[in-house]
Amino acid sequence: MNAAVPGRAATGTPATGTPATGTPASPATGTPATGTPATGTPATGTPASPATGARTASAHTHVARIRPGRPLTVAIAALVVAVAVGISVGPAGLSVPMVGEALLARLPWHPALSVPGVDVTIVWQVRLPRVILGALVGAMLAGGGAAYQGVFRNPLADPYLLGVAAGGGLGATMIIISGGSQALLPPAAFAGASAAVAVTYMLGVTGRRESTTGGATASIVLAGVAVAALLTAVQTYLQQEHTQDLQQVYSWILGSLSLASWSDVTLILPYAAVAAALLLAHRRLLDVLRVGEVEASSLGVDIARVRLTVVIAATLGTAAAVAVSGLIGFVGIIIPHTVRLMGGASYRIVLPVSMIGGAAFLVLADVAARTAQSPAEVPIGVITALAGAPFFLFVLRSRRARRDLA
Amino acid sequence: MITLDGVGVRYGAVSALAEVTDQVQAGEWLGIIGPNGAGKTTLLRSIACLVQHDGKITIGGQPTSGLRRRRLARLVAYVPQHPELPPEMTVGDYVLLGRTPHIGYLRMETDADRRICAELLDRLALSPMAGRTLATLSGGELQRIVLARVLAQQAPVLLLDEPTSALDLGRRVDALELIDELRRERSLTVLSAVHDLTLAGQFADRLMLLDEGRVAATGPPASVLRDDVLAPHFGPGVQVMTTADNTLVVMSRRR
Repeated sequence: MNAAVPGRAATGTPATGTPATGTPASPATGTPATGTPATGTPATGTPASPATGARTASAHTHVARIRPGRPLTVAIAALVVAVAVGISVGPAGLSVPMVGEALLARLPWHPALSVPGVDVTIVWQVRLPRVILGALVGAMLAGGGAAYQGVFRNPLADPYLLGVAAGGGLGATMIIISGGSQALLPPAAFAGASAAVAVTYMLGVTGRRESTTGGATASIVLAGVAVAALLTAVQTYLQQEHTQDLQQVYSWILGSLSLASWSDVTLILPYAAVAAALLLAHRRLLDVLRVGEVEASSLGVDIARVRLTVVIAATLGTAAAVAVSGLIGFVGIIIPHTVRLMGGASYRIVLPVSMIGGAAFLVLADVAARTAQSPAEVPIGVITALAGAPFFLFVLRSRRARRDLA
Repeated sequence: MITLDGVGVRYGAVSALAEVTDQVQAGEWLGIIGPNGAGKTTLLRSIACLVQHDGKITIGGQPTSGLRRRRLARLVAYVPQHPELPPEMTVGDYVLLGRTPHIGYLRMETDADRRICAELLDRLALSPMAGRTLATLSGGELQRIVLARVLAQQAPVLLLDEPTSALDLGRRVDALELIDELRRERSLTVLSAVHDLTLAGQFADRLMLLDEGRVAATGPPASVLRDDVLAPHFGPGVQVMTTADNTLVVMSRRR
């Protein structure tokens, strides 16, 4: 029984110092008197200095820092392997040493090598941009999914939640049916995707005022469902009106990296960098949100601000990804959850490891997409679902069973 | 000191709280009692600015309405009746959440923050559990861990919504004793909603009886825990008895 009331001897300690509320600013100021055992010195009168209880803290307790260490190492190793496989495998049938030599051939101080120019071109102009693009797209989709799951506190959230997919799809469809050039596809998809999220956000956030904790999560998600349904309906209508373009629209929707080039990489890179930096910067705040919006608010978090920033960051990243690769499903859900189940649920682990792991996963999925039916390509969205879903179910079952969490 | 001046809350057409005016002294423990739906939670939430309210609330002379959320969180710590306890979060990380109002927007916790939390874990005899996940702990342990998080916030005012509702009878007394010790040790002002009227009378300096969103009675426990005061709000099944050592016991009995 006494276990619940530790340090009973201290009950008699008279309340020191001034009444707490009289000087409301004081608890926040100054370094709390914690470092040294404060036994000897009289308490300063600062109401909340934690050591006033005149109790020699054992100072052996450690509140450890959360570091993504091991899971991150595993993910980086996976990415290295994936990239190596990605640039080594392809219909041209280059051997691994040849690929290595071809890679070196473009470096400034390379030794004199005897690789044919065409092989160098294949590695540098076909495989490398495709692998890098796949990695960036995978990182954005997985990182965006992880961030959305955190900020909307919904395990089913994926980066397409607020209408990125439907908006991007409509933008791309409009270019395809109007016979616009291929070069217009990415900007149109990007614009459609961002506009859809902007509309969703404005519709979802307005129309509720009684809560001061920003409690518009559900209405934003529902607005996303409505906006996506509307845009998809428009897109389907346009598609049916132009059946001759159906094949092209459909293949865009299923996602592909087959047209990857360095210009795509340079197009997506700035957005990916900004998105990744912003999302990672919010990793601690996403951890605070794990106790819910009301408690996070009471802890001083401005929910509306966090949510808006995270949505903008995730939208920039995923809209850019959609623009260059079409709609690739599943990555945004299975990668973050796999990381949670295997590495830990803190966003200091989930965000960076999802980005690296998502990159590795998508590069490997793309290898499968272009080799499974070579020389034809299987849509990469088919591969991510075919390979990803069973793998995820396996992780889900084995971990859940072992930990026996409620 | 906390002043409440004509505080009211409406949920649409429903008035959940109306014209609550009161002064809570620094260092006071105010027990908020009342039947279900009386507005106890709403009152606590309006002080923490978690619901929009009419009227004016000041803490230490500052109106809460003008304060940024982070600033407010350094003055007032709030725990809902059923705090969210992420099962996979470790005890240390959970207590560290209490430091949130002291950390800049995109900053990380410092070693000083960690030290404060480690000392609180020591103080509440939770040190052996620092690395365990919340899913592995009992109700009584979780209750102390939530308290540790609240204290890590270093706010002079604690708002506790039914802090003992999840505990068995013995643990309830333990938990309230601990809160009492801590508030004396750190000169904290405590406002807590309490279901158990007997315990409310023994721990609070003053009781506030709410019913239908209005203050029905307030004063020292002996003046509120009386049959004639309680009956109109709790019904005739509630009876106050005095034990041999002058403890007021509120019991419910079959009519």
